[in-house]
Amino acid sequence: MPSVMIRKDNEGKMTLYVAKKDQEDEISTIEFESADKWGGLIEMTDGTKYFIEPLDAMPKLPITLRARRG
Amino acid sequence: MSTMSRDETEALIQEVLEVYPAKAKKDREKHLAVNDHEVEQSKKCITSNKKSLPGVMTVRGCAYAGSKGVVWGPIKDMIHISHGPVGCGQYSRNGRRNYYIGTTGINAFVTMNFTSDFQEKDIVFGGDKKLSKLLEEVETLFPLNKGVSIQSECPIGLIGDDIEAVAKKATAATGKTVVPVRCEGFRGVSQSLGHHIANDAVRDWALDKRDDDDSFEKTAYDVAIIGDYNIGGDAWSSRILLEEIGLRVVSQWSGDGTIAEMELTPKVKLNLVHCYRSMNYISRHMEEKYGIPWMEYNFFGPTKTDESLRKIAAFFDESIQQKAEEVIAKYKLQYDTIIEKFRPRLEGKRVMLYIGGLRPRHVIGAYEDLGMEVVGTGYEFAHNDDYDRTIKEMGNATLLYDDVTGYEFEEFVKKVKPDLIGSGIKEKYIFQKMGVPFRQMHSWDYSGPYHGYDGFAIFARDMDMTLNNPCWKKLQAPWQVEETTEEAVAASA
Repeated sequence: MPSVMIRKDNEGKMTLYVAKKDQEDEISTIEFESADKWGGLIEMTDGTKYFIEPLDAMPKLPITLRARRG
Repeated sequence: MSTMSRDETEALIQEVLEVYPAKAKKDREKHLAVNDHEVEQSKKCITSNKKSLPGVMTVRGCAYAGSKGVVWGPIKDMIHISHGPVGCGQYSRNGRRNYYIGTTGINAFVTMNFTSDFQEKDIVFGGDKKLSKLLEEVETLFPLNKGVSIQSECPIGLIGDDIEAVAKKATAATGKTVVPVRCEGFRGVSQSLGHHIANDAVRDWALDKRDDDDSFEKTAYDVAIIGDYNIGGDAWSSRILLEEIGLRVVSQWSGDGTIAEMELTPKVKLNLVHCYRSMNYISRHMEEKYGIPWMEYNFFGPTKTDESLRKIAAFFDESIQQKAEEVIAKYKLQYDTIIEKFRPRLEGKRVMLYIGGLRPRHVIGAYEDLGMEVVGTGYEFAHNDDYDRTIKEMGNATLLYDDVTGYEFEEFVKKVKPDLIGSGIKEKYIFQKMGVPFRQMHSWDYSGPYHGYDGFAIFARDMDMTLNNPCWKKLQAPWQVEETTEEAVAASA
């Protein structure tokens, strides 16, 4: 269960940063991305998947969350 | 030798790897790569931030070096105690040339060495009592200190001392910030983890001290310089540029910085990150907690400085953008003369770099401004995100080497034959004896500053001074010099 930070970079793209691995990659898809449900399965551009317990509301980025390997 | 093709570079790597035993070869192979602009993610071509191979020469440091030497050490009004045996503090003392303003021993303490000087009995019975006593003594002897950081050396973690408890007790007694940093040298694979631990210590023990205090007058143009260690005055030559375009620099992290500046950083509008590797952690934290955006910039060489000033100005309103253009135009005259003078002397020269932090990619622009070409670069302790950024900066088919070993570096130099090498003191004399001009790029070879437009003038002069030094022609003993040259000398006399 790594701690991951999701943020928008300077170009407005959403990135996911794994502190433990010092790895920052772009997010290609998020399973739920609406005002009342946000999170779920996240896929990175390189194909890695993470799962984040869906939140009830759209969070204010950046945010640190616990993620599981998806 | 002209530029090498991809195949030649790959063949060179294979040739150098040849001498290793199979297992070592497999490991080292992953750390050496040929730059390829088509690769988007560096992890596909190069492995980094892995434990060095036992038995090879590495120039990496330890977590204590990363925390005390890099991040905490330059904060001038705090006392940084090297907690443990005496050597770690003494041998790293005053080595990095982090300049500062202040009276050493009165209100500034950067170049001094404070240590708890562990003896056998401290290892056996624990060193907490000694640390408490030391904190009291420091308070008596240096009453103008604004805080203390306790930088653990290896034994502290091994014997399990509770430095956090001592720190809390000392803070309660004096009211000053006392920061315990768990940066024991054995943690992690290089100094990089030390940076991270130090950043976390700042976050947990110092950064939020003034969160409830709004007495600080803010302006819309407040910025902080993050990750500039003021080596030879770097932060100063950066700071004047930012001030000239109309920004207010609230704090410098950590070269010539103070604990008060650190506490005020959460109140700025933008964090400007120079050394991404050592300070990105705290920048990310501030972005999340205080909503302060951060931006990487590069003040090496006029091209990159222009670019960075415009990028920084674009974040603010038009008055700043206009001033940025004025500043760029003003300094253009200055740096054009520099380029005009030095470029003909340096044009086409080839450089190999092997440094740490941000420089292996940041200084490339400065060399290119002088018409030089960087043909190989590498980091001591980078992570994948550093190489992601490096791939774009380096030319295609150039060499990339991560945590290069002494043997590999020497072989690369013998084959690539660069005109100049930029690396550390441990490499300096080896390459000078091999007859290759060398600059020590960790602390600018006792020169500097190199940041900003003013720094570029010094940078260009230094490179010329080293490369075109007449001594490189005198490496051969006089009686071994060919007859013809001797006659020529006699004829000209």
